[in-house]
Amino acid sequence: MTTQRQFPASMRFLHWLMAALVLTMLGIGVAMVASLGDYHSLVSIHRPLGILILLLVVIRFVNRLLSNVPPLPPEFPPKERYVAAASEVMLYTLLFVIPLVGWAMLSAARYPIVLFGSIHLFPILPRNLVLYAFLRRTHTALAYLLFFAFVAHFGAVLFHTWVMRDGLFDRMAPWRVSGR
Amino acid sequence: MPNYASTSMEREVAKPSADGTLVRVSSVGIIVLAVVGIFLYLGGWFSPHKLTPARLVDGFEEVNGIHPGFRRNHGKGVSVSGFFESNGQGARLSKAVVFTAGRVPVIGRFSLGSGQPYVADAPDTARGLGLLFQLPDGEEWRTAMVNLPVFVVTGPQGFYDLMMASRPEPATGKPDPAKMAAFFGSHPETVQAFTVIKSHPVSSGFDNSTFNSLNAFRFVDANGNSTPVRWSLAPLQPFEPSAAADADQRDKNYLFDALIANMHQHPLQWRLLITVGQPGDPTDNATIPWPEGREQVDAGTLTLDHIESDDSGLAREINFDPLVLPAGIAPSDDPLLSARSAVYSQSFTRRAGETKEPGAVTPSEVQK
Repeated sequence: MTTQRQFPASMRFLHWLMAALVLTMLGIGVAMVASLGDYHSLVSIHRPLGILILLLVVIRFVNRLLSNVPPLPPEFPPKERYVAAASEVMLYTLLFVIPLVGWAMLSAARYPIVLFGSIHLFPILPRNLVLYAFLRRTHTALAYLLFFAFVAHFGAVLFHTWVMRDGLFDRMAPWRVSGR
Repeated sequence: MPNYASTSMEREVAKPSADGTLVRVSSVGIIVLAVVGIFLYLGGWFSPHKLTPARLVDGFEEVNGIHPGFRRNHGKGVSVSGFFESNGQGARLSKAVVFTAGRVPVIGRFSLGSGQPYVADAPDTARGLGLLFQLPDGEEWRTAMVNLPVFVVTGPQGFYDLMMASRPEPATGKPDPAKMAAFFGSHPETVQAFTVIKSHPVSSGFDNSTFNSLNAFRFVDANGNSTPVRWSLAPLQPFEPSAAADADQRDKNYLFDALIANMHQHPLQWRLLITVGQPGDPTDNATIPWPEGREQVDAGTLTLDHIESDDSGLAREINFDPLVLPAGIAPSDDPLLSARSAVYSQSFTRRAGETKEPGAVTPSEVQK
């Protein structure tokens, strides 16, 4: 009997694709709100990229449910297993909710939600300034939370891989790691 | 046998030294800190003096005070609506649906260019007209125009510095002449722009004012050809010069009250004129007018036939962001455009979360 060591290729592909997109998105998001000259070009990327991430996270979630997931290294203590599972739930939730809040807030603000050229999305909320103000703040707060969740995730994997050297990274490595 | 057990046993053999562990723990810490640092850098945390949308809007609040629920600039206004009847002439320059022959609904807002929502109407205060053209399928064209022929600064830093230099001194109620002189000394383009502005006589009211896009844009036709343009709304109401009455003889809302009375009598109309730029005409500098005699395309007629107060009207919910554009209209390389979009958005977000106080032009005043 062989033990599955890595996530399936589809899950690894979606993980690294979204990692690149989400990091880009966090950078664009924090830069655009502080920018005057680049604001418009950054917003023009931010909106369609956010919708792409929303689409990908739904695909990824379904793919996750349908896939076999490799076990954590056996020396993982129960408490860390719990933290790992909870942080996965949190990351999936944030990746889904943040773009949705973005879409909702633009709807409430009565903006056309332009993706490319004349292609734009329908509103998902009635226009309401108070709702917009609330959602706008929520969007920022959740994005900071996502950034901290990312830093924790990134730091924890680095720690396991370099300091504990338990082979945790191999599970999600973009390349194929064969079980010995 | 599970792989993890074997690999971890192999690693047991080559047990790292305490020093090695320390190096690796530190590397993890340094990399994580670097990632956080890049994020903070992108967010402008390390450049506290750089002008940002938030700091520019803070500037408005510093100069004018905070008026909850009001736009941080152009705070005093009224909401209007009507329609734009395109004659199809604009279609050869832009594929935007608004230029195919036909009628689209329009929401608008007349305003005064001041951060103080209760400021008394005065002839020399800039008059604004924000418009939202509602195109089929949810597309929109928003534009925020003023009655000045050119803008007074080229970019956001100039705008901020002028706002601070022209801020009234508490003692005199007037700007500090030394600060103004210093600003004009370092901004010859502003001096030049004021000369152009002074050469254009101010009209008697909103109804017979010409409103200009100020910034250049690009029209893109069905074949992808791009043309630099500016646009203006030329009133069908005949020009009358502003009467030279004393400030204390004018009513506080005389411009808005006249607009209300005019619109109750008959719909007000403007022709939308598209000025076609030639190679070499500056598109990145709103302080410089394009040469006389540029081709102007009459694209159709704007009719405004309904007026409401700022407290109840449709315009209240709208941010007249000049970069909400339909396919067929694109921004130029003017740095003011992105800055306007960013600052309008910041002002909109702030006021959206506040409870608005009643405006200067009340609903009952508009009913008259």
